[in-house]
Amino acid sequence: MAARIQLPAQARRGEVIEIRLLVQHPMETGYRYDEGGQPIARNVIRTLSCRYAGEEVFRAEMSQGIAANPYLQFTTVALESGDIEFSWVDDEGVAGSERQRLVVTG
Amino acid sequence: MAAGIGVVGVVAQERVLPLTELRSGIEFAGPEVRELQQDEFANPGMLWVERGARLWSEVPRTAKAQSCAGCHGDAATSMRDVAARYPRIDSTSGELLNLEARINQCRSERQGQTPWSFESQELLSISSLVSHHGKINGLNVVIDGAARPHFEAGRRLYYQRVGQMNLACAQCHEANWSRTLLAERISQGHPNAYPAYRMEWQSLGSLERRLRACYSGIRAELYPFGAIEHRQLALFLAWRAQGLPMEAPGVRR
Repeated sequence: MAARIQLPAQARRGEVIEIRLLVQHPMETGYRYDEGGQPIARNVIRTLSCRYAGEEVFRAEMSQGIAANPYLQFTTVALESGDIEFSWVDDEGVAGSERQRLVVTG
Repeated sequence: MAAGIGVVGVVAQERVLPLTELRSGIEFAGPEVRELQQDEFANPGMLWVERGARLWSEVPRTAKAQSCAGCHGDAATSMRDVAARYPRIDSTSGELLNLEARINQCRSERQGQTPWSFESQELLSISSLVSHHGKINGLNVVIDGAARPHFEAGRRLYYQRVGQMNLACAQCHEANWSRTLLAERISQGHPNAYPAYRMEWQSLGSLERRLRACYSGIRAELYPFGAIEHRQLALFLAWRAQGLPMEAPGVRR
């Protein structure tokens, strides 16, 4: 599972920064049927969380109402240089993660 | 390439749509779709481009085979002038190939690998990578020489009424573009955004998949993936859209 993270190249201490995330995932609703008429099992990302330097700063609980390849955007306050790390788990138990380093100056 | 430029000069006289009326499909889309396509980060098609970039330098399991990068180097430079010229005649086999078929030909003949299946994630990833790097170009296909019979066949397909609704491509995309069909505005039917991310599919898909969707919409018999008819029609469409910049990966409803 691929994912993309977008952070500012660097941030000043105390600055409010925008974090964007795009995850590749089918977000199968469980409401569809395949060509043989069999129901396709639901498979959506259930929980997704973001840690900044080890501390959780964002969490999303998603359901079948979210489109495929979910896009998330939120803000946080830049405090120190550290990893922004996303991790998520879907209905099939497949876990994914992606991280990127945030550089804080001043 | 020099020959290609000469050809454009000649056929420009007989354009279906004059340059002043040529509109990319994105101009018929709503503001949200336009914004999504233009945003290089949020455009979901970029997930496939990124995966394509990883596959590009991945060495196949077979010992003697090279990665794509092993021959072609950096895709950003070597693939700048590629996608906009497809479909085109393959000089060795004389066959009309679209970009996907060309990628698979390279994969089987030069890398000795099993070709990727149509609409597989791998094939879409590489084709979207190559198309994305060719974005600066306007569509520019060669339609003379060995390509001419294919071009004429594509033109016939375009104006041929088919299916239970007895419609030809031209009835929507030439006679009624910019009008509405239920909730949709009818576009001119250009191929410049493909492979594109379609909301309806919740995924990236090739031009072939889009053509099949149109055929299904008019309740006509679908050509199978890889059919020569798709390539011939794509050749006619690319010529009809010549001059439009490529947008791959595009975003469409």
